[in-house]
Amino acid sequence: MTSALTHARGPAEDLLIRGAHVMDPGQGIDGLHDVLVRDGRIAEVGERGSPALPGGAGEVDGAGRHLFPGFVDPHVHLRTPGQEHKEDLATGTRAAAAGGFCAVIAMPNTDPTVDAASILGSLREIAAREARVPVGFLAAITRGLAGSELTEMAELRDAGALGFTDDGRPVTSAGLLRRALQYQRLSGGVIALHEEDPSLSGDGAMHEGDVSALLGMAGIPSVSESTMIARDAALAGYEEARIHVQHLSCVESVEAVRAAKAAGVAITAEASPHHLTLTDESLRESLDTRLKMNPPLRTERDRRALVAGLADGTIDCVATDHAPHAREDKEVPFEEAPMGTTGLETAFAALHTNLVVAGELDLATLIARMTTGGALFGLPVPAIAPGSHADLCLVDLDAEWEVGEAGYHSRSENCCFAGEVLRGRVLLTVAAGAVAHRDRSLAAVAA
Amino acid sequence: MRHLLSISDLDRADIERILDRAASFAEVSGREIKKVPTLRGRTVVNLFYEASTRTSSSFELAAKRLSADVVSVRSTGSSVDKGESLKDTIQTLTAYDPAAIVIRSPHVGAADLVARWSRAAVVNAGDGKHEHPTQALLDVYTLRSRLPALDGASIWIVGDVLHSRVARSNILAFQRMGAQVTVCGPPTLIPRGIESLGCEVTYTLERVAEADVVYALRMQRERMREAFVPSLREYATRYQINAARLRPGQVLMHPGPVNRGLELAADVIDSPQATITAQVEAGVVVRMAVLYELLAGAHPAVPDAPEPVGAAETAEARA
Repeated sequence: MTSALTHARGPAEDLLIRGAHVMDPGQGIDGLHDVLVRDGRIAEVGERGSPALPGGAGEVDGAGRHLFPGFVDPHVHLRTPGQEHKEDLATGTRAAAAGGFCAVIAMPNTDPTVDAASILGSLREIAAREARVPVGFLAAITRGLAGSELTEMAELRDAGALGFTDDGRPVTSAGLLRRALQYQRLSGGVIALHEEDPSLSGDGAMHEGDVSALLGMAGIPSVSESTMIARDAALAGYEEARIHVQHLSCVESVEAVRAAKAAGVAITAEASPHHLTLTDESLRESLDTRLKMNPPLRTERDRRALVAGLADGTIDCVATDHAPHAREDKEVPFEEAPMGTTGLETAFAALHTNLVVAGELDLATLIARMTTGGALFGLPVPAIAPGSHADLCLVDLDAEWEVGEAGYHSRSENCCFAGEVLRGRVLLTVAAGAVAHRDRSLAAVAA
Repeated sequence: MRHLLSISDLDRADIERILDRAASFAEVSGREIKKVPTLRGRTVVNLFYEASTRTSSSFELAAKRLSADVVSVRSTGSSVDKGESLKDTIQTLTAYDPAAIVIRSPHVGAADLVARWSRAAVVNAGDGKHEHPTQALLDVYTLRSRLPALDGASIWIVGDVLHSRVARSNILAFQRMGAQVTVCGPPTLIPRGIESLGCEVTYTLERVAEADVVYALRMQRERMREAFVPSLREYATRYQINAARLRPGQVLMHPGPVNRGLELAADVIDSPQATITAQVEAGVVVRMAVLYELLAGAHPAVPDAPEPVGAAETAEARA
């Protein structure tokens, strides 16, 4: 996409995708078309049967399938450097491609933290060798995510940071966050915030409510998130700064973002597939550590508020918060387990099944929210339009598959949707003009 | 019934069957030789990740009185201390082919994990702040001999409900037996959402005279440092059960160990209304009955096991 993104550029493959239902809400396209990809760009979006198959181009049968712009995930943990036993740039971007993503933005809470230009530089070198889809990077707001000293934000921006976040931890000090927001006028770069008041969340391991009362588990109250959003929106408004709120989980947070937007604050927000589809009721049945994440799964009322916020644009985009963990780290009692679920491979299918098929959200809105996450950080929105970079995914909306049955592309298997039968399978992902993922079934048809 | 992980695994008939069996074991405990051969040749592992006196000793005694071979593993001094994961510990112990594993853990859901990782019958002897089902069973057992019936009885659970696994198991068990449960304590120590378990919530002892049973919980001294209560003195002035607050005829229970002068005044601890010692006595026979239920109950009647007594009596009492 742009120079802020890095990957190991694959060979551009000329493709003619015939007869797919092309849907690109940004371009106002919703119908049967043939799409021709040449030299890494979209050469033609034509009537069925109109583009001729150029010599050397591969033909893909799109009949009965949907062609969308490639998805963009503005929130993933690729664990490199330092925790490559959980994920690395090759496995993480393979998982992204398998989920239909043509670009992802990686978080800086690695070991070491991405808090200096030299670290970001070497990370981008690795991405240029290993990443199958383009990767952008956020750098830390504070050194070592310690919450006390600002990173060299201007130099990090020059080194390619799309923005800043201490994700995994909140910026607890309002004074320090205010300095970062002021400094943004020099450095640029969106400041993305993990919102949590640790004095309220304490040692909580799940949502505070009826289920935590039954289980005797320390709870994380919804207000530990929403009060910090209200605080930070006020700071951003005062400093005329640009902030992005990560992984909204509750009704109070949706209301806080809605109020801030109405007041003219430059604020955007994301929600994850798991918060949009699952609730803490799942924990009544089984304390499955794959269902432990931060923020936690909340109630049906919260989930519905998130879906409504996604539908009306209060929540700007879907972000997976893909957080791989090693098996041994998750095979422990719930309270001991680390927070996080993988999500790249299941994001579209989980949302399609649980929101679109269930009648809670229309498909075009889902596609819009899955493709615009990068634009919040200054990246272009993938578009199915002649001349655009080819960032596409071909999906069979009717194909059912069981999550985890055939393993995962990610190095880790802590997926909260494991065992669920989902509808919607990504057959082909084209990222920056090259085929990044091709489902086995599609290869068979092509051959 | 394969495991005892939570009171929610049991219906009223299950509870009554286990407690009737416990009553029959009480007869064995009265003999000079307090042993039956029911579990001869079978192994019971007691795995305790937390300090415990009465629960661990009564499980050990219960297994021994059923003639089982007993292995007790405590976190101190074992490979658990050397960083071995729960899963690896369970796999190691499973190699001994135990018939049952009794586990006490500081973590919610630990017993469920053991049940998943082992072939043995698993008894939850306390998992974090979640549940302590055998405590609830022995409390119901104790109450059966003090009250004509639990149906419609009013039971107040007083104190630190937030941090109490005993409270959670007892709310469920008392309700299963037809009692009305009220929880009472400082608002900081009543978990948000507890009323969804079906109990009433109150913050003062004003109406405690309505109770047939007052169940006082242990108040941990560190709760003051964590700012849950401003002082233990104020806690005691508001929530201590003493002779002035305990109405004649009310039954007073406590899971032990008691903080004398904090949650209970000395004048009520030693009164005949208190069942604290009876609860400890009940611990052994109820845990014998639980082990019997899990290990022998599923098989045809073991010839030399005592038949449950009192079943007919209680049925009559209910009728």
